[in-house]
Amino acid sequence: MICRCFGRSFDLAAIGRRFTETADLMVGVPDYEAYVMHVAARHPEAEVMTREVFFRERQAARYGAGGGLRCC
Amino acid sequence: MKFVWSAIAVAGAVSLGVVALSRGESVNALWLVVAAICVYAIAYRFYSLFIAERVLGLDAARQTPAYARNDGLDYVPTNKYVLFGHHFAAIAGAGPLVGPVLAAQMGYLPGTLWILVGVVFAGAVQDFLTLFISVRRDGRSLGDMIRTEMGPFAGIVASVGVLAIMVILLAVLALIVVKALANSPWGSFTVFATIPIALLMGLYGRFLRPHRVLEMSLIGFVLLMAAIWFGGVIAADPVWAAWFTFSGVTWAFMLIGYGFLASVLPVWLILAPRDYLSTFLKIGTICALALGILIVMPHLHMPAISRFIDGTGPVFAGSLFPFLFITIACGSVSGFHALVSSGTTPKMLENEKQARMIGYGAMLAESGVAIMALIAATVLQPGAYFAMNAPAAVIGTNVTDVAAKVSSWGFAITPEALTQLAQDVGEKTILSRAGGAPTLAVGMSQILSGVLGGRALMAFWYHFAILFEALFILTTIDAGTRVARFMIQDLAGALIPSLRRTESWGANMAATALAVTGWGYFLYQGVVDPLGGINTLWPLFGISNQMLAAIALMLCAVVLFKMKRQRYAAVALVPTAWLAVCTLTAGWEKIFSPVPAIGFLAHAAKFSAALAGGKVLAPAKSVSDMHQVLTNDYVDCGLTALFMTVVVVMLGAGLASIYRALSDARITTREQNYDLPLLRPQL
Repeated sequence: MICRCFGRSFDLAAIGRRFTETADLMVGVPDYEAYVMHVAARHPEAEVMTREVFFRERQAARYGAGGGLRCC
Repeated sequence: MKFVWSAIAVAGAVSLGVVALSRGESVNALWLVVAAICVYAIAYRFYSLFIAERVLGLDAARQTPAYARNDGLDYVPTNKYVLFGHHFAAIAGAGPLVGPVLAAQMGYLPGTLWILVGVVFAGAVQDFLTLFISVRRDGRSLGDMIRTEMGPFAGIVASVGVLAIMVILLAVLALIVVKALANSPWGSFTVFATIPIALLMGLYGRFLRPHRVLEMSLIGFVLLMAAIWFGGVIAADPVWAAWFTFSGVTWAFMLIGYGFLASVLPVWLILAPRDYLSTFLKIGTICALALGILIVMPHLHMPAISRFIDGTGPVFAGSLFPFLFITIACGSVSGFHALVSSGTTPKMLENEKQARMIGYGAMLAESGVAIMALIAATVLQPGAYFAMNAPAAVIGTNVTDVAAKVSSWGFAITPEALTQLAQDVGEKTILSRAGGAPTLAVGMSQILSGVLGGRALMAFWYHFAILFEALFILTTIDAGTRVARFMIQDLAGALIPSLRRTESWGANMAATALAVTGWGYFLYQGVVDPLGGINTLWPLFGISNQMLAAIALMLCAVVLFKMKRQRYAAVALVPTAWLAVCTLTAGWEKIFSPVPAIGFLAHAAKFSAALAGGKVLAPAKSVSDMHQVLTNDYVDCGLTALFMTVVVVMLGAGLASIYRALSDARITTREQNYDLPLLRPQL
C-alpha cells in the first residue's frame, strides 16, 4: 500500500514491517525473515529453525548467561 | 545551514538564560524543554561529529561484526532506526526517572545543568566510545575488553565491581517499589494483577501464537488498564482494601521471595512476557509524558536553587558537590550503559558510522527523559514535594506536623492541601514516600490529567504511573537477579569449578540464593531505616554507577592512547577525571564525614556511644537492634571502601596501560581486522 503526502510516497506496509521489527528487537527478538534468508544463502545444508523454535531460542538467549542486561 | 544552527544556538542560549536567571516567579517548563533540545541538537551536530571523524576516525568502508560474523541470531546487520529503538529501550530504565526527582530538592537548576553538561561531555561520550571499541572487537563485553586491553587483574577487579553494583542497584530499585506500594491497596492490587496477566501472556506466546510479541503485549495492556481501574474499586472497599494493605517489611519479603522464584522459573512463563509489557509501556509512557508537557505547558513551582544546596536537605544529605553528581547518574552519565553498549547493540550495527547516532544519539534521548522527570517533580508545589520526600523521622507522621515543619523551611503548605492531594490520587497518605516513584507519579498525574480526564482521572493516572514504574523495576529485579547469578557463578567458578555449570540445579540454586540474599539484605536495611533508606542506598548506588562510568571511560582513554590518537584523549580523560573526583570525594564523605546523617562512621559512633550509655536510639527498639544498626553502618562503610578501592585500582591500571602505550612506538590496540572483503548485505 502506497501513501502519497508531502510530495513523497511512503510504502505503508514496509513502514508497518519496520515498526514490528523494531518492537520485536526491543524485547530481544531479531528479524525471523532475515534469519531464514541468512541460513538459505550461507548455510544451505543446515536445518532452518521454524518460527516457533526461533522465537524460543531467542527468548532463552535473552535471559541466559551474558544476555538480558538492561539499564536501571 | 549556518543560519539555522545560529538560530538554534540563540534559541538555546535565550531559553537557558530564562531558566537560569528567573527568580521569585514560576517559570514555564517549555523554556527548559527548548533549552534542552537546543543543547542536544548542537552537541549532536558538532561534538559527536568531531568525535566520530577526528577522535575515532569512523570508517564507513570497514566491515562490522554484524556482517563478518552474521549468524542470523546474535550477529545480524540491522537497520539503524530499528537498532536505535532496541538500544534506547535497553538503556532507558528507572534510573533517569528517580535521580532527577531526588535532586530536585536543590531546586531545578543544579539538576538541569548537570543533566545537560553531563550527557554532552560524559554520558553520551561514554556510550558512543564503548559502542565503538566493542564494534571493533567483535562486539565483545566490557569485562572482556578490560581484560584484554588492561590486563587480567584489572578484569577481575572490574567484575567484582560490577557484581557489587548489581547488588546495590537491585536493592535500591526494590526499595523504590516498596516505598510506592507500602500501605497502598490500590497499588498492591495492580502489581499483583500483573502476575496472572503475565502468565496468561506467557502461555499465549508459548502455545497459542508464538512470536506474536505485539499481539500478546496488546492483550496484556488492555488487561492491565482494567486492573488499574479495578484497583480503585478494591481500594474503595474497606474489606478488600485490608486484604491488599501490606507494610513495607512485608513487601520487602514478598519481593525477595518473588525475585528468587522468578529467576529460577522458566523465563517464558513470567519474566519474558512482563519484560515485553514493561518495555512497551515504558516507551509509550515516555511519549505520553513528552506530549503531555508540550500540551499542558506546566509551570515549575520549585525555586531555581533551593536552600538545600548547603547539604542539609531532607531527601538526601550532602552538599551540591559531590552529591548532586552522584544522585543524578542515569540521564547524565551512567556506567551501566557501558554494559549495554558492549552487549547486543555492537553485534547488530550495519555500519561503524551509525555508532554516532545510536551511541551518542540514544543517550541524548535518555537525557531528555531525565529532563521530563525533573519537570514532573518540579511542577509540584515545593511544600508537597518535601512532604512526599522527606523522611518521617524529620517531618513527622501526620499532616498537621508535616505541614508545619515543611512550611517552617519556607515551602508553605497547609495540612488540608496535603490531605486533598492524597485524596486526589486515591491514597490514604502521600507523606514520606521517598524514592522518586510516587513523586513522579503525582507530577505525571497532574500533567496527564491536564490532557485527559481532569481531576476525576488523577487517581487513575497516578496509579498508572506507579504501576508503570513498578512493572519495569520488577522486570529489572528478575532479569538482574539472573544476571547477578551468572556473574556469581562465573566469579566463584574460578575458585570452585563445579559452580560454573549453569545447567546444574544445585549450583544455580546456590548462586541465586546468594544473589537474592545480597540485595535482600540491603533492601531490608533500607525499609526499616527511619530516615527512609533511600538516604543511604541511593548515594551508594550513585557512587557505584559513576564508578563504573569512570572505569569504562578509562578503558576508552586507554584505547585512544593505544590507537595513537592521544591528542584527542581529553575527550575521554576529562570526564574520567571528573567522575573519579566525584565518586572518591563522595565515598570519602560517606565514610568519614563527622555529620552522622552523611558519614557511616560518625553514625556508628553515635550509636556506640548511646549503647555504652545504655540508651536505645530510634530506629532501634532494643539493644539487639542497636547492634544491627552498627553492623549495617560497618557493612555500608566496607562497601563504599570497596567501590573506592575498585576506582583507584582501575585508574592505576589505566594509567599503567597508557604509560605502556606511550612507550611503544607501534599502534598496540587489539582490534579485530576481518580479512574478508567487505560483504554487502547478503540475503
